Amino acid sequence: MAARPDSEALIVGAGPVGLFSVFELGMAGVAARVADILPRAGGQCVELYPDKPIYDIPAIPEISGGALAERLLAQAAPFDPQFHFNEAAQTLSGDVENGFVVGFASGLEVAAKVVVVAAGGGLIAPKKPPLKELPAFEDKSVFFAVRDPELFNGQRIVVVGGGDSALDWAIELAPQAASLTLLHRREEFRAAAASVAKMRAMVEAGAMDFRLGQIRGLKGENGRLDAVVAAHGGETFEIAADACLMFFGLAGRIGPIADWGLKMKGPLIEVDTAAFETSRPGVFAIGDVCTYPGKLKLILSGFHEAALMARKAVRYVRPGEHHRFEHSTSSAILHEKLRR
Amino acid sequence: MVKIIFIDPQEVRHEVEAEEGMTVMEAAVQHMVPGIDADCGGACACATCHVYVAPEWAEKIAGILERSETEEDMLDFAFDVRENSRLSCQIKVEAAMDGLTVRVPEQQG
Ligand SMILES: Cc1cc2nc3c(=O)[nH]c(=O)nc-3n(C[C@H](O)[C@H](O)[C@H](O)COP(=O)(O)OP(=O)(O)OC[C@H]3O[C@@H](n4cnc5c(N)ncnc54)[C@H](O)[C@@H]3O)c2cc1C
Ligand code: FES
Repeated sequence: MAARPDSEALIVGAGPVGLFSVFELGMAGVAARVADILPRAGGQCVELYPDKPIYDIPAIPEISGGALAERLLAQAAPFDPQFHFNEAAQTLSGDVENGFVVGFASGLEVAAKVVVVAAGGGLIAPKKPPLKELPAFEDKSVFFAVRDPELFNGQRIVVVGGGDSALDWAIELAPQAASLTLLHRREEFRAAAASVAKMRAMVEAGAMDFRLGQIRGLKGENGRLDAVVAAHGGETFEIAADACLMFFGLAGRIGPIADWGLKMKGPLIEVDTAAFETSRPGVFAIGDVCTYPGKLKLILSGFHEAALMARKAVRYVRPGEHHRFEHSTSSAILHEKLRR
Repeated sequence: MVKIIFIDPQEVRHEVEAEEGMTVMEAAVQHMVPGIDADCGGACACATCHVYVAPEWAEKIAGILERSETEEDMLDFAFDVRENSRLSCQIKVEAAMDGLTVRVPEQQG
């Protein structure tokens, strides 16, 4: 069996709150590993709004989601966190006396003295419309992301949506497609103005079609699409198609963490507000994934939660040691790390 | 207290008490009404709190179907958007809404 990585703290989720936890735990003298199902750090800030400015990070009047993630990584770097990307946490076993083991979908297991759930909005995935027949077509002729654009050469394509993803792909795929129809529920688009202008010009030039409407169904056999069924203003119509791409944005779901035996309120994990510990001692939950009276889903709240979590976590990791509260301006641990 | 009634896709009625000033989404989440996911916590950034306002209430309360530009944009990420669609985090509960009935769609995301 492969050696099991061991860590003092395992942080599940490399969103802004998970990243700042590395720093807070590090200041308390606790080394951390961080796992995320995504291939990169940053959570919602990077996946959902990398270029949007955030205005409510204390002392930073304006910073984009992407830049915030970069700075948090830089701030955590002195503590040398070990990252496990593309790893989905699935199971939790053990307890605080004997140590925990977190199992991942890939088979990886990580041992840890404390576990910090910073899973935020959960597993971020494309939203899928509630169509009974969808599973029969998904990944065969209906897609929620484009991996290989070549696959669509010479096909009759329907692109559904009005955001940047929908317009970008419609514009890119139209030239090689047999036909391309953009299906959207209204005349206005939330996508960037330049893309909208380009799309309208292509429609004008006959390089793509635009239909007002919302998707109602899929027709075809054995996963092969024949037509997309849509409706608008009480009228139902079909658009002949070989492939359909749908872009309804992304949504998160908590996933397997819901089965970790932690006290939940709906999809959120209940914590106390003294240490942001869950009903299972030694397992903490911070950031968007946790709930308590007055909880706000803000980055700044998650940072505060991380600081308090770390104070309690170190007591489990190094029981019997005296833990002094230090400012970062004078922290011996931090200064030593920064010197290196 | 203002009573808000949610009807889920299985036709089950969920009657909850809401306070004036809170949002219809918050009333649902507080009482764990199924089908109101409200991923973004009310920031009008997820469209997982979509509801259909009952037609009689659309007539009773002026402006209840008025959607801001951001809400309209967000609704692009909802399914089966109708004239009486609203994101429930954008409806502020008022005294006049006692008995307000909304339908929860089949799926939020
Ligand atoms: C459009 C938009 C604008 C926003 N604007 C602001 C703003 O101006 N100010 C503000 O304070 N907040 C804002 N927010 C909210 C803010 O982004 C969140 O509060 C913040 O991202 C929460 O951080 P987090 O680390 O708790 O979770 P997330 O950012 O959700 O990160 C969680 C991470 O955990 C991972 N994960 C989940 N489950 C697992 C698992 N089982 N295994 C492995 N990895 C897992 C996910 O892949 C993800 O990377 C905005 C949100 C949106 C959508
Ligand atoms: S709760 Fe997210 S849009 Fe209403």
